[in-house]
Parts: sequence; C-alpha cells; structure tokens
Amino acid sequence: MRVHFQRDVEKLKRAILALSAEVENDVRTAVRAIEDRDEDLARKVIDREAGTNSMEVDVEDECLKILALHQPVAGDLRYIIAVLKINKDLERIGDLAVHVAERALFLCGQPALDIPFRLGEMAEKAQAMLKAVLDAFVNLNADAARQVCTADSEIDAINRYVFLQVKKAVAETPANFEPLIQVLHIARHLERIADHATNIAEDLIYMVEGRIVRHTAEVSDKRVGKPQSA
Amino acid sequence: MSNNAAGATNAQKTATAEPLPETHVEAKGFSVYYRSNQAVKEVSLRIPAGCVTAIIGPSGCGKSTLLRAINRMNDLVPGCRTEGELLFSGQHLYQPDVDVVTLRRQIGMVFQKPNPFPKSVFDNVAYGPRLHQRLGQSELAQVVERSLVDAALWDEVKDRLESNAIGLSGGQQQRLCIARALAVDPQILLMDEPTSALDPRATLRIEDLIDELRGKYTIIIVTHNMQQAARVSEFTAFMYEGVLIEFGATKTMFTTPREKQTEDYITGRFG
Repeated sequence: MRVHFQRDVEKLKRAILALSAEVENDVRTAVRAIEDRDEDLARKVIDREAGTNSMEVDVEDECLKILALHQPVAGDLRYIIAVLKINKDLERIGDLAVHVAERALFLCGQPALDIPFRLGEMAEKAQAMLKAVLDAFVNLNADAARQVCTADSEIDAINRYVFLQVKKAVAETPANFEPLIQVLHIARHLERIADHATNIAEDLIYMVEGRIVRHTAEVSDKRVGKPQSA
Repeated sequence: MSNNAAGATNAQKTATAEPLPETHVEAKGFSVYYRSNQAVKEVSLRIPAGCVTAIIGPSGCGKSTLLRAINRMNDLVPGCRTEGELLFSGQHLYQPDVDVVTLRRQIGMVFQKPNPFPKSVFDNVAYGPRLHQRLGQSELAQVVERSLVDAALWDEVKDRLESNAIGLSGGQQQRLCIARALAVDPQILLMDEPTSALDPRATLRIEDLIDELRGKYTIIIVTHNMQQAARVSEFTAFMYEGVLIEFGATKTMFTTPREKQTEDYITGRFG
C-alpha cells in the first residue's frame, strides 16, 4: 500500500511541477510579447492553452485516483487537497497568461502608447510572486509562502495607479480609448495572476502547517483593497 | 458521571477548542503489567461520556490491554497487576470493594469474534437480565426486544427467536452479542476489534449501529482499521509500545496530528 501510494504521489508531484513550469513560462512569454511587441510570442502562448488545460485535467484525475484508492490522512491528505486547489489556480493563471497574450496581439497592431503605466514593473512583480510561490511549493516552505502573501498589496497598489493613469489618458485622448482599455485589462490580468499566486501561497501554508489562513489577519491585512475599476 | 472535564489534559485542550463532554472513564498514570512486562505505561487520559472513542496503534501497543482493564477482564490473566488509577464515573475501578460482576454489567464488552452461547436467540439476550434482575416473562420479552431493536437485529430475527443463535450469520452473531451486552443496560460498551472477523457488508452494519448507539452509551473501540476509527469515532487515542502518544478529536488526529509518531503511523509509514 505504501509503495503504491508513494509511486502515485511521485507521479502527481511530477505532473503538478510540470504544469507549474508550463504556466510560469506562459506568463513570462506573454509579458515579453507586450514588452517586445512580438506577435509570434503572443501566439505561442495562445497555442499552448489546450496543452495546459489537459495537464490540469490529468493532475485532477491523479488526485481523485489517490483519494479513492489510498484514502490518505494527515500530511498526505493535506498534500493531495492542496495540490487539487493549487492545480485550479495554476490553470487560471494559464488562462490569464492567454488573456494577456491576446491583449498583446491587439496592441502589436496599434501605435505604441507613450504613457508611464508601470506595467513592466507590475509584470515583474507578478512574475516574481509566481516564481517565489512555486519555489516555496517545491521546497514546502511556508515562511516563503507568507512573504508571497505580503507582496500582493504592492501589485494591488500598481493596479490602482494604472487605473488612474488610464482614466486620465482616456479623458485627454479619447481616440485611444480602445488600446487604453486593453492596457487596463492587462493590469487587471496581472493583478489576478498575483491573486492566484497568493491563493497558492495560502494553500501551501495549509499543506505544511495544517492551518487555514485564508481570510485571517495573518494574510488578509497584507492584502489591501482591490481597485474600484475591477 | 462526575469529573467534569473542565481541567482536561493538555493533549485534549490542544486537540479541541470546544468544551469536552463529561468524563466517563479517566486513567491517571495508569499502568498494566503482565508479570514483569509493562504492557500499558502510565497512561493518563479522559474518555468523554456518550461519545465514541477509538484506540489505535500497532499490534502489541497495549490498546486491547487498556480496553480490557476498563472492565477488569485482565483480572483473569495470571500475573497481571495494575498501578496508578483508573476511574469509572469517579469511582476507583481497582479498589478491593469493587463488585466486578456489577461493574461488568455497567461496562459491557464485545469481542473480536462473535461468541454467542449455543442457545436460542432469545436466551442469548435474556442471559444477562436473568442473571442480574428478576423480571417477569413479559418484562423479559420486552427487554429482549428492545435490545435486539437497539442492536439493529430485531427485524431479522423476530420470527426465529427460539432458533439456535449459532445458525445466524457472522454479522448477525456480532449484533446479537451487542444486543446481549445492551440487555443489562450498561453505561459503557467496550469493543475489541468488533468487525475484524466480518465481511465489508456486515462491518458496515456494525459501524452504522455504533453510530446509532452514540449518545446513549459511551463506546470505546479498539480497531486496527484506521479508516474505521476515522469513520466511527469522535475521539482517538494513539498508543505505541504501551505509551499513549496522542489523544484528541478524531478530526484533528486524521488531518493535523500533533505528534510525528501519530502522523507516521496513520499514514502507514510504520506499524
């Protein structure tokens, strides 16, 4: 029983880590597509979506199989439950990377906007959060996960800044309305990616420490309010 | 049922934030020796009244010895002696003035293998009441029926109460033994691996029955089947090499056990 269980858990670990790597790569590529105004990169991300979705289904399938066949308890149970939830967040991050790539594709066909939106900084921070939480997941490091929760408020602040900048720019140049709305969407997608990274961090803390920290002062006072534009 | 568990042990306090029910059985530094071998080592715990408490642990960990100590079944084992205190509703179980026959009426026991007497179904259940009480035939019939209903066996045997109990299936025999224990109106039911000799379907019937008896009786069950402990009990005690490693709410024990030894055992890493 133990040997079978361990073999199945190893298989699950490989699958969820492969999905993590794929999704992290998708976000990185989508952000580069905006920065470099590179249509090919954007299309690569969009084309990969089906593969990511299928990986998510495989991970869920494996979790369900382990729950049904091995009935894990304690740390083993928390691991499977956390993977099941992290899997969903990774899939959503993959979707958001595709949305960013789609906006990038649109912006590639438009003249470049010369407004300081801090999108690059925002993308960098969101990617750093994602990388940090996935590293924490690999190392089962709850302290590192807690730091990821803290970082979320910085992204939220930039998102509010982008909203105000876009609002101002639309008022000044109504003709740019459509590309500006795309910029707002990108900021929103990056902010959501950071939110999902935070969810993963919270699930990781549960996995390691057995405590549900969601909605508790421990993490929520560091996740300040969402922008009005959302 | 005295000794309100307000001053519960640290283990219990940590395990559950909710106030515990009253304590029904309490061990205080309780040990059991088989000659020089200390099978149970200074165990302290409080078993809550009206709840199902499971005792788990690998073979030879002392869980059955502890269970059997609660109705002094070990008295029959040569060379067996105890140290420390074991209290039932605040009463010291091992004091010389304890009437063991009365005690065993109050604390019934169901064993691993069903052990009906080679008598009729009716006589099996009526055996205890005939021994302990003087009842008329109709009162006795009422007690037998109530016990068989409580043991979820009545519908299956009501038309063959005079048949020999040996002819019942294994699962029915085990429920008959439970009915026999219930017939003398005990407060506590001790179950020593009550389903290990039964098939999955009969096991399920017993587990359902345990659930129905919850609240009416304090049930203490020793089981090797950890999923069973998780399914049927509200509290779990984990023992290893005679020592009580951890005691707490079953939900906590099976999701976030405090002790590494508990985690290793319930996840199958040893034992």
